[in-house]
Amino acid sequence: MSHKVIVPIGPYHPLQEEPEFFQLYVEGEKVVDIDIIIGYNHRGIEKLAESKHFDQVPYLVERICGICSSSHPYAYVLAVEDLFGGEKNVVPERALYIRTIIDELQRIHSHLLWLGLAGHFIGYNTVWMWAWKYREPVLDCFEMVTGNRNNYAMYKVGGVRRDIKDEDIPVLKKTLDELVPALDMFKGAVMDDPVIQARLKKIGVLTRQQVIDWCVVGPTARASGVNIDIRRDEPYGVADRIDWNVIVEKEGDIFAKTVVRIMEMYESVSMIRQSLEKLPRGEIDSNIKDIPPGEGIGRVEAPRGECIHYIKSDGTNRPIRHKIRAPSFMNVASDKVAAVGGTISDATITLAAVDPCYCCTERVTVLEKSTNKKILNGWDLIRLSQEKTQKLKEGLGV
Amino acid sequence: MNLKLKALSKSIWVFHVSAGSCNNCDIEILDLFCPRFDVERFGIQLVGSVRHADALVITGAMNRKSVPRMKRIYEQAPKPCVVIAVGQCALSRHMFRYSYNVCEPLDKILPVDLYIPGCPPKPEAMIDGIVKLVNKIRGIKK
Amino acid sequence: METRDKIKERLGGKILVWQENSPRRVWFSIKKEDIVETVRILFREIGCRFSIATGQDTPEGLEILYHFSFDKKGVIFSVRVLIDDKLHPEIDSIAPLFPGAEWIEREMWEMLGIKFKGHPNLKRLLLADDWPEGNYPLRQNHES
Repeated sequence: MSHKVIVPIGPYHPLQEEPEFFQLYVEGEKVVDIDIIIGYNHRGIEKLAESKHFDQVPYLVERICGICSSSHPYAYVLAVEDLFGGEKNVVPERALYIRTIIDELQRIHSHLLWLGLAGHFIGYNTVWMWAWKYREPVLDCFEMVTGNRNNYAMYKVGGVRRDIKDEDIPVLKKTLDELVPALDMFKGAVMDDPVIQARLKKIGVLTRQQVIDWCVVGPTARASGVNIDIRRDEPYGVADRIDWNVIVEKEGDIFAKTVVRIMEMYESVSMIRQSLEKLPRGEIDSNIKDIPPGEGIGRVEAPRGECIHYIKSDGTNRPIRHKIRAPSFMNVASDKVAAVGGTISDATITLAAVDPCYCCTERVTVLEKSTNKKILNGWDLIRLSQEKTQKLKEGLGV
Repeated sequence: MNLKLKALSKSIWVFHVSAGSCNNCDIEILDLFCPRFDVERFGIQLVGSVRHADALVITGAMNRKSVPRMKRIYEQAPKPCVVIAVGQCALSRHMFRYSYNVCEPLDKILPVDLYIPGCPPKPEAMIDGIVKLVNKIRGIKK
Repeated sequence: METRDKIKERLGGKILVWQENSPRRVWFSIKKEDIVETVRILFREIGCRFSIATGQDTPEGLEILYHFSFDKKGVIFSVRVLIDDKLHPEIDSIAPLFPGAEWIEREMWEMLGIKFKGHPNLKRLLLADDWPEGNYPLRQNHES
């Protein structure tokens, strides 16, 4: 009866520093084991950073991940500023506020992106289109403030590179005002929809103990009741001067992860509004010339969790060791416990729930273990997932 | 004009390969299919299997692990097949040029028909590039 | 009791050098034989979260820094271990204690050639399967 087949997902997986190739071992519909193979995106950034100046490294690390292209440079400059005794010792007031504004704008755009893709995977293509439609004004804000839609190049050691102009502030505020009704719509659509609840609750559950053992970070951990957020635990920017809440849910299933991300967007909107209100006048850069020798660690709460950079300097103009840990390095490994025990039609959304990727699932194929014959491709897997939603809808009479 | 080529220029089905990119380009490509840019109105569609594809869109600096995979995908694509390189990494390996894990630029591995530079290119630039390519296939000189 | 005092008390004579550059960054070094016991105390008894480990090639030997985050206070405790035998570097694996350390040990193994004794699944993580044996990209003498 038991007929084990392997479902390879991947290998192309462009969302993080590390793209993944999942091999699901399935018996019938049930996933019994999972093998995660990564390295298709490894570009040797840690080694390359050792050959660049301290001023050049932000451009390199912002190309680790296109979606966290504010978190990585921010963590890097925090690591270098740690050599001076901390960010607040060297960075001017105004630059601190600008840093927080950019970082939180990035969180909104990243969570909207994930929400859209999650909707696509469970058969709500409308959610995909709408979420990405409302993401565009946020990208326009980035283009207006930083000059590019994706790679911002805003951070430098000791400050920021570009100022937020006075005439930009009303536009930013207007964009946020227009975003809130859209968020209300998503919140209503997700939290009140019986189909989404039936589809996402009790799926891909990570318990609190599993989160601790696998060292999971970010919204994935907070959805399982682990109350960690670097913005509160080790405040950077102006996170300790404005009011906001850490969102924590207890269930640990995909529904909880979705709720955490949606509620976090409200917090980010509020953080940006307060920062814009309080934005002081003054310098944006303290013109640091020499980097002292020593070791520093910087970390920020990226949209996916704690992003940590370690820098070792010997007093020359180049780092001699630069270690980078992106949040998905920890989160993706935990798929091993989240996906096992579920069904294939839940696998796409479970693997996507830690916010790793969409693109791998577009290239899924199901292979028969004995013959390696292809029987399903990526589209079929998404179709399976969407059919399950359809059946649930009919069952509920929606 | 070759009938196959003429058919190719009508409604391009695209298969997207990311060979070691930072996924900025990938997100921007996906953005093309969303309401603001909506290239599906031109008949351009993202497909799930390379066997249905008319064009391969390749992003990213080629690394040692992804190059063999990419070659296999190209072999599986029905010919004639257009190869589009999107982003600075696919064009010249960008800042990853001297990395130990990045081998050759894309056009040394596959025949590239269209280069779209930028880090990442704006969606408008990609639409412009595709229009130029279609015009070239159809033999329209501008 | 302060967390750092608790750590000092529990580890006692195992700590070789204790260093605090800033209130939120604590660095201390231990002998490589004590690593599993130290990590167990930090992770299970004190309740720190394992952030990451940094392996690096220094003139004295291969060095591993285990970064532990104590989230209630926002402090990072970095445990420094020196492996002086560069030809056959070996250390006990901490992956049997908790699975979150599996991947980073695999990465350090392929990038620096440090062998982790007792690791459940020590195989390549990032590099291609045809990558030459004995070629470690993060060693200082590596030629790309």
